[in-house]
Amino acid sequence: MTAVTRRLLDLRFWPAPRAGARASGIPESRRMLWIVLGAWLLLAVGVPILHLAVPASSALHLGAYAVTLGGKILCYATVALAMDLVWGYAGILSLGHGVFFALGGYAMGMYLMRAIGTDGVYGSTLPDFMVFLDWKQLPWYWHGSDSFLQQALLVVLAPALLAFVFGWFAFRSRIKGVYFSIITQALTYAFMLLFFRNQTGFGGNNGFTDFKRILGFPLASPRTRAVLFSLSATLLVLSLLGCRLLVRSKFGRVLTAIRDAEDRVRFCGYDPVGFKLFAWTLSAAICGIAGALYVPQVGIINPSEMSPANSVEIAIWVAVGGRGTLLGPILGAALINGAKSWLTVVAPEAWLFALGLLFIVVTRWLPDGVLGLFRRAQK
Amino acid sequence: MTVSLLTAALLAVSLDAGTLDKIARGSQAERQGAVSALAAAGDANAAAVLRALLDGRLYAAAEGPVFIEEGGALKDALTGAPASSSDDLEKVTINNRLRAALERALAALALAAPDPDARLLASRTLQQTADVDLLPAVEGALQKERDPRVRESLLVTRAMLALSAPERDRRLLAVEQLRRAPGSNSKRLLAQRLSVETDPQVKAALAEAVESVEASLRRADMVGLVFSGLSLGSVLLLAALGLAVTFGLMGVINMAHGELLMIGAYATWVTQAFFRRWAPGHFDWYLLAAVPLSFLSAALIGALLELTVVRKLYGRPLETLLATFGASLILMQAVRSAFGAQNVEVANPAWMSGGINVLAGLVLPWNRIVILLFGSFVLLLVWALLARTRLGLLVRAVTQNRQRAAGLGVPTPKLDLLAFALGSGIAGLGGCALSQISNVGPELGQGFIVDSFMVVVLGGVGQLAGTITAAAGLGLANKMLEPVAGAVLAKIVVLGFIILFIQRRPQGLFALRGRAADE
Repeated sequence: MTAVTRRLLDLRFWPAPRAGARASGIPESRRMLWIVLGAWLLLAVGVPILHLAVPASSALHLGAYAVTLGGKILCYATVALAMDLVWGYAGILSLGHGVFFALGGYAMGMYLMRAIGTDGVYGSTLPDFMVFLDWKQLPWYWHGSDSFLQQALLVVLAPALLAFVFGWFAFRSRIKGVYFSIITQALTYAFMLLFFRNQTGFGGNNGFTDFKRILGFPLASPRTRAVLFSLSATLLVLSLLGCRLLVRSKFGRVLTAIRDAEDRVRFCGYDPVGFKLFAWTLSAAICGIAGALYVPQVGIINPSEMSPANSVEIAIWVAVGGRGTLLGPILGAALINGAKSWLTVVAPEAWLFALGLLFIVVTRWLPDGVLGLFRRAQK
Repeated sequence: MTVSLLTAALLAVSLDAGTLDKIARGSQAERQGAVSALAAAGDANAAAVLRALLDGRLYAAAEGPVFIEEGGALKDALTGAPASSSDDLEKVTINNRLRAALERALAALALAAPDPDARLLASRTLQQTADVDLLPAVEGALQKERDPRVRESLLVTRAMLALSAPERDRRLLAVEQLRRAPGSNSKRLLAQRLSVETDPQVKAALAEAVESVEASLRRADMVGLVFSGLSLGSVLLLAALGLAVTFGLMGVINMAHGELLMIGAYATWVTQAFFRRWAPGHFDWYLLAAVPLSFLSAALIGALLELTVVRKLYGRPLETLLATFGASLILMQAVRSAFGAQNVEVANPAWMSGGINVLAGLVLPWNRIVILLFGSFVLLLVWALLARTRLGLLVRAVTQNRQRAAGLGVPTPKLDLLAFALGSGIAGLGGCALSQISNVGPELGQGFIVDSFMVVVLGGVGQLAGTITAAAGLGLANKMLEPVAGAVLAKIVVLGFIILFIQRRPQGLFALRGRAADE
């Protein structure tokens, strides 16, 4: 632990490791650490205070809508970060990251469904949708889903296992580039179809909703909301620091080298499979945790989270913010989702036009995203 | 049964006061017999009485004439003279057994209807119940019938009724006839008769016939399955063929490909609306105009896409993927804004509706057949264009080695534009075909994008033969799995298979060899 702390405080730890770029900006690096920690304090402590302690009449009070939206965006930002780890640093564009996010969400959703107990519409111990399908008992894979601990483990294990198996096959066969992207898209599409079926046992079309409580705390209460928000902020900051550690380590350097010239890395005696597989699986696990925090805040999880379009949108968050940087994706996710929440209310027709244009503009004129724009302005 | 047959033979008369009296006031057996007799005699005048009895509009007193109530007024059932209501009139009631007999009798009477379609329907209704009492009526109708379709149906009906004829030879003949006209109805009736038949010779013939009918039904099922597989394959092929040009040959990942299909489908819809409004007399031929229009509109949009987006991103596949995805969102929203978010209805022209009866129990719909042919036609066109024309030669040269082709004076930017527009136009043709068999809406393309990419990747990039094999194979696999696993699960299994397959053979089914395989 002390070694990790020393590294975090090491001056050389913070510059962005961009291929071919000069190792510059050392003086600002420690300031960056303080900024990250400050941002964490502001979000994880400040927002709950503004939500809970400041009276509703005050202009500083944060309403339930704002806190929920903020928590949602924090989860999205975590997903974008995880996506950037594989796309920005390992050069693997996944068009199926939505499936990992949704699997984590479903694992948490199973617990939340069981936690409803007999308070559902039908007053049964079974989740409502099972009563509706006239099922008499839980399917075997729901066994023990009332245990928070088991489901919390599944939140990480289910996406990680899927990613590991899928990645192991794909990377070993040296599938890369657009081929990999297309089969990840097929993966999430297949899962979406699977979860749409009522017989699959995950609520079909409607998914899980009408959650009541988590670990005994009512989900509708402001306190639970504030705690979930703080947890989302903490997850994001921890993922950010973890990814920093990873990409700045020797491991991260090899990963970047694989991105830029996989064949040469192989000729140097490294086997890229292990490196890619680790980053890929880790990324999926982070997505799963983000999904698990997302579901209790938003109050619903359904198969549309696995639609191919959703997964492509994750890629655009990263591209807009600036891939290959760790702050970029967070910025991108916040910008786009903020704009989405605003625009879908003000001008719902315009949102898809704006998003579509954004895809084109960013890929054509902003290859380094918004962060690249800042960098250019600084020079 | 034999008693009623006897009465039927004795009473093969037209509607008279005596029969009417039996129907209205007789015992159950008498009424049953009278109804059968009327049906067997084929007396069209009786239809009104029987229909009135079935609908509960027949009235009678303890004795005297019988009346039909029609629109609140009473008239004499025999003479048709208007009559006034009186208190002792009571509604003639029927039980379920008589109701069934009445329905059969009405169908038998309808065998003499002037409209051949009505006669065909009547014949099919009689096949459902197969009541031997009606055999004389069917035979009478058969003698008069001239329409070949109705005759054919009547022959089957006669055989079905004759299954329970008292004479052994007639039964044997009927079994033989039914064996030659397999269908789910004849299978059911043969099996039914088999369970009550006592004569050993007929029994053996029945058993054999049931088996043979079952076998031919299985065969028809199989052929139907293969056909629907090929039909799905041709749809996939039409969707993927354009992609085989843009992605397979040019290497451009066009995520807006599905939306180009949608544009083609909407172009068809617009053409149809235009014809409906301005040239309703030629409505049946709107598709002929829609085919080139859907090609042109999709090709135009494709060219625009190439000029504004794809051109700037050659050699950066991941960026192309994202940018074209953005373009797909814009196209989708544009169509939604212009034509509404609801599905629009594209009607089949008259010559494409209905189907062709190839085997007993198997009808192939015309629209599927037309699309199968259309798919083959487009395929032939693309092949000829790429393999037999100068344009195709240049396209292949550019895709194999861009620098060297440019060095030899090939205008590569112009060719890129042409090839991309061609691929997009083919997608438009696919959309035109799709509009004939599926819903047309802004999300039409979304459902096809994954499938089309799977077809191209599975077939092997840059290989038309691979694209065909993959499309047909995926279509067949999907349809073969559907009866076992259900539609959704079949699709998931197929997707899973492709994912696994690509792991084993990343180059696809038909891998390129030689220098072109380098990258």
